[in-house]
Amino acid sequence: MVTKAPSPSARQPHHRFVRTLLATGLAASALVVAPQQAQADDGGEQDGRNGGKNVLTVAVSQSVDSLSPFLAARLLSTSIHRLMYDYLTNYDVKDGHTVPGLATEWKSSPDKLTWTYTIREDSTWSDGKEATAEDAAWTFNKMMTDENAATANGSFTANFRKVTAPDPQTLVIELKKPQATMTALDVPIVPKHVWEKVGDFSKFNNDKDFPVVGNGPYILTDFKVDQYVKLAPNKKFWRGEPKFDELVFKYYKDGDAAVAALRKGEVSFVSNLTPAQAASLRNAEGIKVNDAPGRRFFALATNPGAQSKDGKKFGTGHPALLDPAVRKALFHAVDRKTIIDKVFQGHAVEGEGYIPPRFASYFWKPAAEQRIGYDPAKAAALLDQAGYKKNGTGKRVGKDGKPLDFRILCHATDPNDKAIGKYLQEWWGELGIGLRVDCLDNVSDPWVKGDYDLAFDGWSVNPDPDFVLSIHTCAARPATPKDIGATDNFICDSAFDELYAKQAVEYDQAKRSELVKQMQSRLYETGYMNVMAYPNAVEAYRTDHIKSITTMPEAAGNIFGQDGYWSWWSAEPAGKAAGASEGGSSTAVAVGIGAAVVVVAAAGLLVARRRRATAEDRE
Amino acid sequence: MSSTASSTTTTAAAATRAPGSPDARAARGGNTTAYLRYAAGKLGGAAVSLFAVLVTSFFLFRIIPGDPVKAMTHGMPTSAEQLATLRRQFGLDLPMWQQFTDYCAAALTGDLGTSYQFHAPVGELITQKLPATLLLTGVAVVVYSAIGLWLGTRSAWRHGGLGDKLNTGVALTLWSVPSFWLGLLLIIVFAVGIGPLPGLFPTGGMESGSETGFAYVLDVAHHMVLPVLTLVAVGYAQTLLVMRSSLLDEMGSDYLTTARAKGLRDDDVRRRHAVPNALLPTVTMVFINLGHVAAGSILVETVFSWPGLGGLFYQALSVPDLPLVQGLFVVFAGAMIIMNLLADVLYPLLDPRVGR
Repeated sequence: MVTKAPSPSARQPHHRFVRTLLATGLAASALVVAPQQAQADDGGEQDGRNGGKNVLTVAVSQSVDSLSPFLAARLLSTSIHRLMYDYLTNYDVKDGHTVPGLATEWKSSPDKLTWTYTIREDSTWSDGKEATAEDAAWTFNKMMTDENAATANGSFTANFRKVTAPDPQTLVIELKKPQATMTALDVPIVPKHVWEKVGDFSKFNNDKDFPVVGNGPYILTDFKVDQYVKLAPNKKFWRGEPKFDELVFKYYKDGDAAVAALRKGEVSFVSNLTPAQAASLRNAEGIKVNDAPGRRFFALATNPGAQSKDGKKFGTGHPALLDPAVRKALFHAVDRKTIIDKVFQGHAVEGEGYIPPRFASYFWKPAAEQRIGYDPAKAAALLDQAGYKKNGTGKRVGKDGKPLDFRILCHATDPNDKAIGKYLQEWWGELGIGLRVDCLDNVSDPWVKGDYDLAFDGWSVNPDPDFVLSIHTCAARPATPKDIGATDNFICDSAFDELYAKQAVEYDQAKRSELVKQMQSRLYETGYMNVMAYPNAVEAYRTDHIKSITTMPEAAGNIFGQDGYWSWWSAEPAGKAAGASEGGSSTAVAVGIGAAVVVVAAAGLLVARRRRATAEDRE
Repeated sequence: MSSTASSTTTTAAAATRAPGSPDARAARGGNTTAYLRYAAGKLGGAAVSLFAVLVTSFFLFRIIPGDPVKAMTHGMPTSAEQLATLRRQFGLDLPMWQQFTDYCAAALTGDLGTSYQFHAPVGELITQKLPATLLLTGVAVVVYSAIGLWLGTRSAWRHGGLGDKLNTGVALTLWSVPSFWLGLLLIIVFAVGIGPLPGLFPTGGMESGSETGFAYVLDVAHHMVLPVLTLVAVGYAQTLLVMRSSLLDEMGSDYLTTARAKGLRDDDVRRRHAVPNALLPTVTMVFINLGHVAAGSILVETVFSWPGLGGLFYQALSVPDLPLVQGLFVVFAGAMIIMNLLADVLYPLLDPRVGR
């Protein structure tokens, strides 16, 4: 049985009404007072500047793994290091060729084994000491002698025999064997007098004492994990000081929230936009969308029969894919134009060679007779010729009589992989080939074990292509099936290796470019790796904050994640940049007053109710 | 908001003042040893669970596929030697049993290992981010428990009425709304601003980064408004429904009729007699929710870029950063165990029939 209670309000209409009115009034006034004040401040900052400061705020999402140049591996961290420290050399903003950095000149000995760099005289550390060859020598020596200091960039010094600084302006590096990347050593040079005090390099993250001593265009002044990274311009930077008063990398873990912050003016720059976000920002006032050729390639990789260096075969790759005709047929049945239009929605360029077109000196295109274009009929004919006929149910069968059914590894977090997987199922299905799309959160396990037939593959390419080429050499394979090598997908081809060895010791740029192109031709020809697209870099910035900013390549290129510091160093304020702080102290004060009013009101009501209750109890 | 706070404080006070059964005080006073034995039993159980969590966390996450060293250097020019060094640095080259004993020995001294991706002690990373999560979800749980209790009581007391239907209807609707979607809507409306409505709150983060002292506290409060609002909107329905149904169960009881027959005011019957007895299930739930506080809300923390443990857990899993995943798992599970323990220990104080 439930007792129906008489409505309390029927008995105490007056009290209730007054109480509700009071509470509502107080709450509303608190809400109104605070935000109006907040709005005034925000408006003030957006129209003017943050306390007279021009602040360039960049939305980022990737966590900093370490601020120590000896440990950092992530793009954001290494980009910040580009701003904090000068490197021996830099890449030209127009076409990526090597230009002076901390070193003004460099030359190699006739035997190609000794490199001599001239260190500039006008570079000083932010604590006033001069940056010399001794700092560079100490940095490299540390990496050569302490394996913890080689964590991030050890691959650059693995071939170094000896590094010395005979005088403050001369750095001499002796090599074990010739190395073509000597003008592309992406190693931040750190101040010896600061870093020699560090004990354990595997644990020192360079994020406790600010400002951090450096000699790059910006000085790191503050850092809070997953909240912000703040940098101030280095007034003594030899190339000239940056024009913004502060550069802030601010965290937005959600892309849509970052876009909202850009619209509001809380940030000046947002990168990694989805096609939908780019479309929505394209018509927004005061916002410029930069849809630029990217540095990545997006490819289809096939398992070439995983094998370790000791010659042992492992993995479960499909044997039919060892047949070049099958690989060629599969790629003839890929309509790359549809992928660009439908999946990338126009924000990509059709792929061919291994290295994207922005790296003009290494870019390679297949000749007309070599090109594997979209041609399903030719694909079917190739399979027929190679003996993979269709059976009664329309499925192609292999030489063992089993139907051709492949698996493809797809990154569960990448919508492009999934969408392209669907298209491939359709196109290859028409050929009579089955495809199972295995979307996993972490694809690296089956990949490393060779338990895949095909995989969606992609890499960011550096101005120097040595690394992305090295991952297809036989030497990159694991030592034994139990080990893990530096290989991308187990390719081992003696013709490719021969070319790789030649380019690695070729100091003549034109000759090296030619060799790199031949390597791409060979990679294309073998068909283990087929590039489908070069995705664009899609980013946006507020034109009322940033008057001008340099892209790389300068004609049409990206702003975020450049090889060098060009974008953030060159950015010019429009004079209206919003501050990193989106609510000034007066906003906070107003909010505080509002909150205090609410708390006091609540306490007052509580006391009133108590009093009333005891009064009624006494009655 | 203000009247909610006052009303809940009163009910909570009432709960301790008149714990349901008339013989409560006597039973508690006379059975201190029984209670202590009961509490000790629960404490022992919690300790065993905690150890089980430690063991499970080690093996459970070894099942996650993927080579952490390869994953954390992906995209970097890395030689096989560098990969081997990293593996040696993190002890990944040791046999599984040795990794396990090392892990247990270290854990006993409070050392949860070193994160693969941040090159920093796991304990340090967690203590760095824990306050942000505790602040955000703690405030949200307190606020939504209070609102849920208050509205749940109102709804049950006048069940079937328009207010009740409206209350439960709104609560259920908000409960089924995905939190990240609601968060984004709030950002668009209250942070960016729509039409004449200006942007009132920051779009994300926990602080502006330029404040100190009291201004810093206010700045954090300003940043907290929207994420707390999201968590409260999505979360209060649960408390409301539990409180409503357990109060409805009590409402038919004879002792309420007796109380009314004594001539007590309806408000007093509700606050001093019905609500305390209906509180038990809700208290359990509030404690469980408090246990969840440590884990935070991955979705809301992500949408509002709140620098808490939720986001850290996501990052740890995506590498996978085993020491960090393990450490977080131990902290999350530990928080749940401790909160359950607290609820268990508190129960006999609320209802002496428990633990006898």
